[in-house]
Amino acid sequence: MDTLERFATGDIDAFEALFRQYQGEVYRWIVRLVRNPGVAEELTVETFWRIHRNQKRFDAGRPFGPWARRIATHVAIDYLKSRDYKESAVQLSEPVMAPAPDILLQAEIRDQIARAFFSLPARLRVAANLALIEELPYQEIASALDISLSAVKMRVARAVALLRASLERKGIRP
Amino acid sequence: MNDDDRELDLIRKQLRSALPPLSDSELKVDLWPRMLRRLEDSPAPFGWFESILVGLVALTLAVFPELLPAMLYHL
Repeated sequence: MDTLERFATGDIDAFEALFRQYQGEVYRWIVRLVRNPGVAEELTVETFWRIHRNQKRFDAGRPFGPWARRIATHVAIDYLKSRDYKESAVQLSEPVMAPAPDILLQAEIRDQIARAFFSLPARLRVAANLALIEELPYQEIASALDISLSAVKMRVARAVALLRASLERKGIRP
Repeated sequence: MNDDDRELDLIRKQLRSALPPLSDSELKVDLWPRMLRRLEDSPAPFGWFESILVGLVALTLAVFPELLPAMLYHL
């Protein structure tokens, strides 16, 4: 019996083997979604906790990685919708040493863009993040979010429209 | 490239300037010890044996309600 089959029967040693093999991959995925390494570590543990609780539902004939990534995406979206996230101070831009006036202006614009992005609804933000910032193929995003390709395109288009409207209200024209 | 594509491209560039991609972030610690703590802290699952036991107690108390004070005394 291989590791995935043993995992599906509730074997804790198989779970540990999969945890050690996939923790880095799950972490890298989550940190791209929440943009906070400390939170990403916590959410990686939460993801594997949900994986552990649902291990009997896992189909050992299918690959583990995409399944884990879908669960991690749900965990990240839950976090982005949570009070914890909304109350946390988000550092929006890197500190600039002795900035020249034009650099300061650019930093201010970057800050406004980041704020507009962080104010998007969680589901739209995740889709826009993966499509526009991380530049992942739409098909890969659809698989991770467990939605259709057209739904991904709609979410990205909606996010762009909201971003544009938000920036225009702040006097920034894309 | 039409106007929509140009606008999307512009938004993409502005976003990537404000929020650079994090695709090269690496995990610096082993999270297995934290996972183990999480597993140890979690309550044991409510299995079929416990369910049958609770059902039997409820059924007994429904048929013989006079046993309730005695059962409470022994808790």
